Amino acid sequence: MANKRMLRTAVTMAVAVVVLVALWEGYKWVGDQTGGTWPGTTVDLPVTSNDITMPHVGDIAGELFDDIRAGRQTMPMTLYLAKKAAVTFLEATIGFTLGVVVGMGLAVLMLRWRFAERGLLPWINVSQTVPLIALAPIVVTWARLQGYPDMFGIALISTYLTFFPVAVSGLRGLQSPDVDHVELMRSYAAPWWATLVKLRLPAARAYLFPAFKLAATLSVVGAIVGEISIGTKTGLGRAILDFAQRYAVWPERLYASVIAASALGLFVFGLVNGAEWLVMRRSRQVAG
Amino acid sequence: MNATSDIAVVVDGVHKVFGGGGADDVTALAGIDLAVAPGEFVSLIGPSGCGKSTLLRLIGDLLEPTAGTVTVFAKPAHQARLDQDYGMVFQHPGLFDWRSVAANIELPLELHDWSKADRSARSAAMLELVRLEEFGGHYPRQLSGGMQQRVSIARALSFEPRLLLMDEPFGALDEMTREHMQGELLRIWRETETTVVFVTHSIPEATFLSNRVVVLSPRPGRISSVVEVDLGDRTDDTREDPEFFRVATEVREALRAVEAGE
Repeated sequence: MANKRMLRTAVTMAVAVVVLVALWEGYKWVGDQTGGTWPGTTVDLPVTSNDITMPHVGDIAGELFDDIRAGRQTMPMTLYLAKKAAVTFLEATIGFTLGVVVGMGLAVLMLRWRFAERGLLPWINVSQTVPLIALAPIVVTWARLQGYPDMFGIALISTYLTFFPVAVSGLRGLQSPDVDHVELMRSYAAPWWATLVKLRLPAARAYLFPAFKLAATLSVVGAIVGEISIGTKTGLGRAILDFAQRYAVWPERLYASVIAASALGLFVFGLVNGAEWLVMRRSRQVAG
Repeated sequence: MNATSDIAVVVDGVHKVFGGGGADDVTALAGIDLAVAPGEFVSLIGPSGCGKSTLLRLIGDLLEPTAGTVTVFAKPAHQARLDQDYGMVFQHPGLFDWRSVAANIELPLELHDWSKADRSARSAAMLELVRLEEFGGHYPRQLSGGMQQRVSIARALSFEPRLLLMDEPFGALDEMTREHMQGELLRIWRETETTVVFVTHSIPEATFLSNRVVVLSPRPGRISSVVEVDLGDRTDDTREDPEFFRVATEVREALRAVEAGE
């Protein structure tokens, strides 16, 4: 049953890619035919369909397998991007882990003390309205002054994005058990922490995993934004920055790096999905 | 009250008011006096809003009385809860979905730091008691409502509490399952010699199960009458016994008097 669903997901994703490619190339074809206007009118298309703005899908794919010079070495673009992505992945992983720790810590704090919920929750919401770009230099400068490697500063920026969904969904999940269940634990004279570990945390899993998935993709975004704003020498952010500067002459490369970033996002999402599958296997087995 | 040590539950002059002292305060219970002997099976019956569940929760120290005292096995209800003198069964089985049936039964034992070996031995014995020997490894959602409720009873009895508090435990079951469960409960009650306080709104259920049926009147909840039941050893035939009908009628008339007194 699980296999069937996985197959369906894979097929759906493949179809979506095919449709996207067809739309992209179809749009370009229409643009080429009409000289950049809607068919039968003189109204311009919203996006210019030339090869700079919208390179051919085949060219982008080809770019992925073309060689790129990196320092004294030459390697295929896929390998180059994979190496960069590995660095970003490490930063995102640290950011995600810290985000989960901080988010869960805040959720437990808010669960334990109502005044903490009243006092903290508004600020947790406000925190996400601060532009990351403005925050990044502050965090990085601080981290450098403390003598931490840049990777740590970048991970902290990633944490800033990831703790939020974990804290908010975590609190909801921890508060989710029925009154019956809470009363039952009370009737056992169970101490607060035992109720947390044996009842509230397991009950929160259904709320936490969607938050973890969101946090995982956000951790990649945070890491890339962090890399770009620090001006670090490696990571996907560096590649994106480099290729963006030469976009006018070599647009395929920027598209290739964007594809790499999406692939990394999908990869971390998949990791969390796998973890969820392992943890929730039992409850799913008996869902029928 | 020097004989309290021989009495399982003593409720003495209990009032319970919900609310913070404003005009919309609700008096749930007023002047409740009740004593339950060890090994006795007492049902609390009454129309919705008569405070029967509230009374049960006061005995279990899940609520505190506004006035009066609740004594369980000669100590304050609060101490009795800390000492784990009672097990509780709610209308919904309230099993943890993520735990196997056996692990659900072992939950209170885990909280009381029983060893793994002792826990599995006890959950196996409990599964036998509720006749679900083969279902220890199953998960709650694989069981029917009646089976889940049996697990819930096994869980409540797993640490051998002297008192069992039950809040409409069979309320969500169909009639046939319900009657079957009543028979099972009586068997378990006889085997374990536990004291039971049982909340229900079913006249036949209260009549069939109890030594005494306590009839409550609503707003504020008071004890309006107590019906003694003496049906001897109950079997399925008891339900068709003239004495059963006589007692059930007595309970029904007590309830009607309560409703008419509104």
